[in-house]
Amino acid sequence: MINGKLLTVSASPHVRSVQTTTKIMLDVILALMPALAVSVAAFGPRVLLVCAVSVTCAILAEYASRKIMKRSMTIGDLSAIVTGLLVAFNMPSTIPFWMAGLGSVIAIVVVKQFFGGIGQNFANPAIVARIVLLLSFGAEMTNWVKPLTWKVDAVSTATTLATLKTGSTENLPSLADMFLGMRAGCLGETCAAALILGGIYLLIKKVIKPAIPAAYIGTVAVIMLIKGHGDLNFVAYELLSGGLLLGAIFMATDYSTSPINTKGKIIFGIGCGVITALIRMFASMTEGVSFAILIMNLLVPYIEKATVPKPFGTPKKEKKEKEAAKA
Amino acid sequence: MAKKIAGVLTAVKKVRGGAKVPHRKNTAETEVVRIPTPSKVVIPMSMHIGAPCEPVVKVGDEVAVGQLIGDSDKFVSAPIHASVSGKVVEVGNVKLPNGMLSQAVTIESDGEMRLWEGIKPPKVETRDDLIKAVRESGLVGLGGAGFPTHVKLNFPPEKNIDTLVINAAECEPYITVDYRECIENSWDILSGVYTLKELLGFKQVIIAVEDNKPEAFKVLKRIADNEIDVNDEVKLMTLESKYPQGAEKMMVQSATGRQVPPGKLPADVGCVVMNVGSVAFIARYLKTGKPLVSRSLTVDGSAIAEPKNVRVPVGTNIGEIIDFCGGFKEEPCKIITGGPMMGLSIIGTDLPILKQNNAILAFAKDDAVLKPEKDCIRCGRCAAACPMSLMPTNIVRAVKAKDIEMLNKVGVTVCMECGSCAYACPAGKPLVQHMRLAKSILKEEAQKK
Repeated sequence: MINGKLLTVSASPHVRSVQTTTKIMLDVILALMPALAVSVAAFGPRVLLVCAVSVTCAILAEYASRKIMKRSMTIGDLSAIVTGLLVAFNMPSTIPFWMAGLGSVIAIVVVKQFFGGIGQNFANPAIVARIVLLLSFGAEMTNWVKPLTWKVDAVSTATTLATLKTGSTENLPSLADMFLGMRAGCLGETCAAALILGGIYLLIKKVIKPAIPAAYIGTVAVIMLIKGHGDLNFVAYELLSGGLLLGAIFMATDYSTSPINTKGKIIFGIGCGVITALIRMFASMTEGVSFAILIMNLLVPYIEKATVPKPFGTPKKEKKEKEAAKA
Repeated sequence: MAKKIAGVLTAVKKVRGGAKVPHRKNTAETEVVRIPTPSKVVIPMSMHIGAPCEPVVKVGDEVAVGQLIGDSDKFVSAPIHASVSGKVVEVGNVKLPNGMLSQAVTIESDGEMRLWEGIKPPKVETRDDLIKAVRESGLVGLGGAGFPTHVKLNFPPEKNIDTLVINAAECEPYITVDYRECIENSWDILSGVYTLKELLGFKQVIIAVEDNKPEAFKVLKRIADNEIDVNDEVKLMTLESKYPQGAEKMMVQSATGRQVPPGKLPADVGCVVMNVGSVAFIARYLKTGKPLVSRSLTVDGSAIAEPKNVRVPVGTNIGEIIDFCGGFKEEPCKIITGGPMMGLSIIGTDLPILKQNNAILAFAKDDAVLKPEKDCIRCGRCAAACPMSLMPTNIVRAVKAKDIEMLNKVGVTVCMECGSCAYACPAGKPLVQHMRLAKSILKEEAQKK
């Protein structure tokens, strides 16, 4: 007590880093902005409306669930905005607004809050929302339009993956167009350049570590290299198509649903890559990123268990066995 | 990154994780000043790790500086000496900064700081002489832990101890007393290093310093390069300035690449780690015979008017020391003894300074209020920061579930409570508190059996 006022007493440490959950989420939102900007340019201002609807619904859903369940208010941590944006990013720009809203509600209420909120969900909310919508409204969720046609009548088209599946790279946009996002696809997944830029930002800000994106993209690249008999052009098309970059950089790296340790992250990334490649090669679906991440999400507890590091100074197993043998 | 300099070692095996804490070494260029003799000192009989001492004086006794006032016949203990001259006015219980009760001897100072006539330099020619002398000096690890030094040095010959690591890392923010020791008392360090090496038969001595202290580096380099080191067995090692480089097990790993197994001591892997201040003290003691009755500490923090390095008699009232440093310039909200990473927050200033205290830090509201606790987002920053490769998330889960089986598996006993995990946590979780809870649950369980 000093001058009659009680001093604060707490457990050490008495200094903390400046990093907070809110700052991390803000960094993720910033990292998604380049992709959003390119998307608006490619698919028109409707993109912004879709995002606005899904983000608003995500925030409202988070607010309502926390209120109803009488839990602390968490909209301030901005994680609902990240989820809302990712839900929108995984839809075509032509999606009916109510579907965009529904996606956010499924993501926030069913996947995130039913399991206890941030950090507790076992599957990526945006991924599950996308899968539910895809299975429920297949036509609307795959109504792709050609980029830069929004001013006139939007022209429907197939995605690059559907074309790739037929085994030809003809009639595909040039690799440069693919890299810059001038191709059909979900509104947030098309521009590789913007997604990579966002990923670099997150790496610099130490929000994510390179293990998962590198293992994921690397695995897909290796498998596709084998499938394409060393055709690098084909590999490039595979990597730039579909939701691979969006998934690998922004969805598979979700803290709650990926392993904590580097070893676990690498296993997780490789697993995502293998499943994605298998679906792309053998399944009737054209794209496998969401299912790959979902399946690996479910395996995270097992990966975690298998990759717990040995505490400092714990003798290695062989040594222990040797010692036991000696004794 | 520790730069490579010819003749200077770098870490054999680097410390994993850790925290890039702010340095805030505001007092680095402030010479250590002696505070005016306090009117009264309260000297607890339990300052060190190990058995408390029993008072050997009674109320009314006249004592002089350096006179024995408490001792124990237990091995893990260190005798306690009067830090001022004067009269014993009370022998009773006091509350220590950690909240425990301990017997204490209160001495009213006569202001003279008269040395006890029995003080004379000890005769030290052999290893046993040295260990006996160190015990009589009352020395405990001055780096903060307070482990009796003579116990540390009294390793059995069959342990094959080959390395003495001298810790001048001082990785906690704010604290600069070890740095000042290097600058101001380099002769003592030099003498201490070579005496310990010769009498205890270390094959090598590695002096470790962080790379953010170039002045200390220069001094220590001269000590390591001294010509009496004919076989070049005393070496300097620079470490990347990163918390917790200065932790004992980390020091051993950096210097030798060896890892101390869980539940073991550095001696089990052939090392002894000593704080640079402790080494310098031994040299002074061998020269003068004056036991550990005063120590240097850093007084700093946003609420302190004039941050200083001070030399104070053991048992001086913390409030009196703060007054000497100009008192508070802002209303203090939190006061801690030790560094901000591992220090202890205290409930008031009416407490005595202990032998192992190396800092008093007082923080105004802005620095005292930590970020609010939020839900864990499983980002893994705690696990990445843990120098002991633990998984704080798993430990917290086991603590909450009181799952004894899981607690036994998660390896929490190797946790040294360095606080790197809690520092890194964006959700502001009090992780160290959970680690302590985990340990106490395990202790309770062990006692049940």
